[in-house]
Amino acid sequence: MRFPDNLKYTKDHEWAKIEGKQVTVGITDHAQSALGDIVFVELPKIGRELKVGETFGVVESIKAVSDLYSPVQGKVVAINDAAISEPSLLNREPHSSAWLVKIELTDTAAIETLLDASKYTSLVEGLK
Amino acid sequence: MKQTALIEEHRKLGGRLIDFGGWELPVQYTGLMDEHLACRSAAGLFDVSHMGEVIVEGADAEKFLYHLVSNDASKIEIGMAQYSALCRPEGGIVDDIIVYRRGQDRYFVVVNASNTDKDFAWMLKIHKEGGFTCRLENESSKWSQIAVQGRFAEQIVQALTSATLSAVKPFRFVENTILGIPAIIARTGYTGEDGFEIYVAWNEGPKVWQALLGEGTPLGMKPCGLGARDTLRLEVKYPLYGNELTDETNPLEAGIGFATKLDKTDFVGKAAIVAAKAAGLKRKLVGIEIKGAGIPRHGYKLFDEVGTTEIGFLTSGTHSPSLKKPIGIAYVTSSHAEIGTKLLVEIRANKIPAEIVATPFYKRPY
Repeated sequence: MRFPDNLKYTKDHEWAKIEGKQVTVGITDHAQSALGDIVFVELPKIGRELKVGETFGVVESIKAVSDLYSPVQGKVVAINDAAISEPSLLNREPHSSAWLVKIELTDTAAIETLLDASKYTSLVEGLK
Repeated sequence: MKQTALIEEHRKLGGRLIDFGGWELPVQYTGLMDEHLACRSAAGLFDVSHMGEVIVEGADAEKFLYHLVSNDASKIEIGMAQYSALCRPEGGIVDDIIVYRRGQDRYFVVVNASNTDKDFAWMLKIHKEGGFTCRLENESSKWSQIAVQGRFAEQIVQALTSATLSAVKPFRFVENTILGIPAIIARTGYTGEDGFEIYVAWNEGPKVWQALLGEGTPLGMKPCGLGARDTLRLEVKYPLYGNELTDETNPLEAGIGFATKLDKTDFVGKAAIVAAKAAGLKRKLVGIEIKGAGIPRHGYKLFDEVGTTEIGFLTSGTHSPSLKKPIGIAYVTSSHAEIGTKLLVEIRANKIPAEIVATPFYKRPY
């Protein structure tokens, strides 16, 4: 399993792509693999303010329900309708086209706490 | 954790092993959806060796089982299997079981894995109280059980046995051999498909598994994990102990009235079940379909159409791989149990529209 170097990661198996004030969030390849066939995605309304660690949505596989946690503080400025209409996209392209939300940062402190690709890889390896 | 004789087979096939009630078993191999659909379109191979097997033998075997179980065990002929329940005197369900009659005074009772010890203790208690002349033995550790389910099941199993499987009707079994290994081959299952459950000596499990895999793979058969086993049974509304059936559920409300013979002179729990029926059943097990966005899950609450009155709860639910939509099984108050009744399912903060539908959700097309 490869985790791109240009992304940051959380212990909850989400990734964050930081571009200036805007952060794109998705679930990792490890998360989709652990969940299995993903069949349902629920995302927040655009404009919602999120705190770090706040639940902002849900991903469900046939077998399991998994909450999504905001890795940063900010406002939701976009959601990925393709992930909602075609949840299996999360299984196929978790790190790219199956992004979930874009958040505009209102505070940058949490950025420092995110893991880089090598730290996250070690975390995942440790789970095996 | 306990392991079945097939543990190495699961590892070889890349099965994702989990702790299932103390058993190390694969939840999936290639993927739940894939396995589920293979079973529906071709065949699925399941290791169900964790199930318990209890032997009942002796002069009073029939009399004992007649008293012990909800179905009419006196109607079981040699070579026949019968679905039944063990009930408490209060009417609740200890377990759902299958009773196989192997001979005049010889029965083989198959129970749920997680209930094996509880069931065996229960059977010993009833046996002792009634002073029956028959022997009970928990042989769970002596048997491997492998299920082949799906439209090609007969063809796959037939290639490995000289028994004439086309003559084995549903809920019948033969005692023959597979690859020369003595086997009980029963036309039973838990998927809604045609198929067989095969019992062989514990240590012979891997040989039989490998041979079945060899026969079935070219036909599209796939090994199936616990995940697919659950969604397959859910689509045909087969109850699962711990979800639909519990110590607190009565077999009539649970929809297993067909296996609860109230015209029997006696069985453990009969009086309580008769009384509950006379008083009017308070709730009923139904199938529901979600009409909005969301997947129903075990434990979610149900409300009436206006959302003010709680009318029940989900016992099982999933996204149906065959039907591509969310389905669930639920207990609802009898006044809201008609097919077509509209209701709401509480999914997290929202109440999502749903409807009671006819079951099974899925019917095999052959």
